[in-house]
Amino acid sequence: MGTGYLALTDADREAMLAAIGVASIEELFADVPEQVRLKRELELPPPASELEVERELSELAGRNVSSGRELSFLGAGVYDHYVPAIVEAIVSRPEFLTAYTPYQPELSQGVLQAIFEYQTVICELTGMEVSNASGYDGATVAADACFMAAHATGRKKIAIAETVGPQVRQVVKTYAPGFGLEIVEIPHSGGVTDPEALLAASRGAAAAIFQQPNFFGCLEPAPDLARAASEAGALAVAHVDPLSLGVLEAPGAYGCQIAIGEGQAAGNRLSFGGPHFGFLAAKKELIRRMPGRITGQTVDRSGRRGFVLTFQTREQHIRREKATSNITTNQSLCALAGLVYLSWLGPKGLRELGETCLGLAELARQTLPVEEAFAAPSFKEIAVRLGRPAEDVVREAKKLGVNPGYPLGRDYPGLEDVLLIALTEKRSPADVARLAEVLGEVLA
Amino acid sequence: MSKWGELPLIFERSKAGRCACSLPRYELPEAELPAELARSQAPRLPELAEPDLARHFSALADRNFGIDSGFYPLGSCTMKYNPRLNERLAALPGFADLHPHQIPEDAQGALELCFRLQEALAEISGLDAVSLQPAAGSQGELTGLMLVRAYFADRGELGERRKVVVPDTAHGTNPASVTMAGFELQPVKTDARGNLDLDDLRRVVGPDTAALMLTNPSTLGLFEENITEVARIFHDAGALLYYDGANLNAVCGVSRPGDMGFDVVHFNLHKTFSTPHGGGGPGAGPVAVRRELEPFLPVPRIVRREDGSFALDSEQAKSIGRVRGFLGPFGVFVKAYAFIRVYGPALREMSEAAVLNANYLLSRLKDVYELRYDRLCMHEFVLSACALKREHGISALDVAKRLMDFGIHPPTVYFPLVVPEALMIEPTESESLETLDAFVEAMLQIAAEAAENPELLHEAPHDRPVERLDEAAAVKRAIVRYEFGESAPAFRQPSAGT
Ligand SMILES: Cc1ncc(COP(=O)(O)O)c(C=O)c1O
Repeated sequence: MGTGYLALTDADREAMLAAIGVASIEELFADVPEQVRLKRELELPPPASELEVERELSELAGRNVSSGRELSFLGAGVYDHYVPAIVEAIVSRPEFLTAYTPYQPELSQGVLQAIFEYQTVICELTGMEVSNASGYDGATVAADACFMAAHATGRKKIAIAETVGPQVRQVVKTYAPGFGLEIVEIPHSGGVTDPEALLAASRGAAAAIFQQPNFFGCLEPAPDLARAASEAGALAVAHVDPLSLGVLEAPGAYGCQIAIGEGQAAGNRLSFGGPHFGFLAAKKELIRRMPGRITGQTVDRSGRRGFVLTFQTREQHIRREKATSNITTNQSLCALAGLVYLSWLGPKGLRELGETCLGLAELARQTLPVEEAFAAPSFKEIAVRLGRPAEDVVREAKKLGVNPGYPLGRDYPGLEDVLLIALTEKRSPADVARLAEVLGEVLA
Repeated sequence: MSKWGELPLIFERSKAGRCACSLPRYELPEAELPAELARSQAPRLPELAEPDLARHFSALADRNFGIDSGFYPLGSCTMKYNPRLNERLAALPGFADLHPHQIPEDAQGALELCFRLQEALAEISGLDAVSLQPAAGSQGELTGLMLVRAYFADRGELGERRKVVVPDTAHGTNPASVTMAGFELQPVKTDARGNLDLDDLRRVVGPDTAALMLTNPSTLGLFEENITEVARIFHDAGALLYYDGANLNAVCGVSRPGDMGFDVVHFNLHKTFSTPHGGGGPGAGPVAVRRELEPFLPVPRIVRREDGSFALDSEQAKSIGRVRGFLGPFGVFVKAYAFIRVYGPALREMSEAAVLNANYLLSRLKDVYELRYDRLCMHEFVLSACALKREHGISALDVAKRLMDFGIHPPTVYFPLVVPEALMIEPTESESLETLDAFVEAMLQIAAEAAENPELLHEAPHDRPVERLDEAAAVKRAIVRYEFGESAPAFRQPSAGT
């Protein structure tokens, strides 16, 4: 009986029951009242061998059209960048993979130092001074930022640009009633956010949140937006693509107090939407308002450098109902993948990657037989007008082996004929040419 | 002094001009970037060649301890073996390279896996409907309380129902979730047997009560003996019951939260269903609810159409909305589902082995370490180092640190708060009798050392890369990122030492 994951033999069980002083395993459950016991077997498929489980799940996996099985230009928040082999080799080290949160620093210097290095890398990318150890994803860190800003300013309103990812805005709205926050959305004009409109919406607000590059792939006038937020007395929060930050300015350099984002693009595979990681970094004065784990440097009794979880009086296990957040488990391993990936790239690689994305977007702009939906410059995604429902174009193009992108009409009424095309370094100029050909054919 | 030596930070290994990456180079047109949007100063990312990158992170891994390294009886965390099969399956290209915006027709295998996992979780919890979306246990708690909120708002009762009752044994995430969901905390005491104090409970539950949040078995590792009466008190008051599923490993196939009277449950797939914790995540915290609460579940919902295919439904007028991106941490679902497939109905044997292992350790240790509530335990138990503290000045922390010298990860310490000098021990079903006996020997030896050689314990651990660290100094110095350009780190001189 049992599976290979269980080590006790019948003889072990007998000896253990005798040591405990009970006659059967049943007796160990004596405290479970009769009325609440399950008097039948769980109705689950019968136990399966490792081989059978592998076959069954391989069959399910085989029914999905993954990015290797079609030429895909899907992005819209999650991106098909290359994940180098070294990333997977490192995150599969069992000392990382199978460890819990580093509560015991003497046994966890590996994870703690990695988090410290991760925090440094995130601060360097964003131009911030403190970073937490990670949040769940790029959407929940936006809700975290709202909570921080509300506490820091004593204000109860959040202004958020409509060009911030729809899922990010949805999560913020889900959290808002519990936080007692009012959410105001700032409509876009021509695919970007008007600083005047942001200023007007941000008066009396705790924070103004915008995204750079925004959900349409457009580059926002980010420094002007940050200035407008500050003028209104709101914290400026930028939601950024980490891989854009080799070529795009750091939010900290143009006056933002908080930078957040989805870390997936850095070293994490698509995985149907998760697990990935969110990052959250801020200016130093906000450290006591930060949610989540933070690692700090200290010394041991002999004066050796070491790392510990720090500023823990912010956290739920100490502050309980007065904590800055309820988060405990975060996304350590995904953040570690991010650290390894960004260390693999280095500053030179990050810049080169950014330039490749910019160049591919420019190539697409010049060669695709469609018009751009918005005039603003872009980074690695462009929105194009098809003159036909984008959903239909996607279906027809997929028959030709190309997934041309994401229909913006799914989230933005009025943009039903707009398609969002993502270009990562995994798409070559030949791939862009093939996309041009297929769009030409479908739209003919 | 030790075999470890100093480990440089990755930034201290960097040298300008080195680079591990190799990227494709294409002939591409020049793109124009407005000057005010362009990066002015390059981020100081590490600069290493790949061999040194590999060595750096290997050295970090060497300084860490996982389940594969040794026994890890970290109470409340269910550190069981993480089957390697599950890693292989989550990495299958059909899963790992699947874009979450792929049209549902081309993601049927993934949606079916999610659907099957939902059905399994509904059966295991004894509830009706499941959302896989929450990212971890604490987000599952928050989601559950948002459901409670939406349920009462829908009935026009949210105005009065302000309070959520949480026992003093609860994990810190529970009260923190109460605040984040916009409720007020109503604490309730534990009685002398370790159950909820029913008198205190009857006193605090009333028309202003929205819900109870309970972990069962509790963080003391004790099953709530009066659970049916507790459920009656809340339901009679029109309130709901929330089950913190962190301790579900004790009761799979034995007793189901839905049958106990709970209306909302969260699971920790990274505990009960073995998905690796990764040094602090990722996890997954699905929620299951009774039929009446289903309309409020997060969107999108995964639905099975009449033709047997799967689709996403976001048109749920009463839904609380979305709590994170996409459908949740899908890669974690693959691993949890594979684990459930291996066991099937034998999940009951898993829980039985977990409970047997815990009771065996308890029976062998309770004469040497104090046991506050002298009952059989479920999957974990809480001892106290009070006597060692009183008699020899040895704290729970000293015991924990000394265990490291035996190659054992310490139990959870100083939690739950109701037990002073708490040592919370959860062996899980994964351990052999030999491992359990080795742990008992270590604990007994430590108790003896407390009397004979307390200094040895105060100085533990003895062969780790660092000795005990100065946590107060970490806060005072507030060094939370590498400070570039500081030539001589201020960390060479020995501290005054405690
Ligand atoms: C009893 C209890 N409740 C809730 C949680 C929170 O779960 P998670 O870490 O997945 O957010 C934990 C574990 O940390 C726990 O032990």
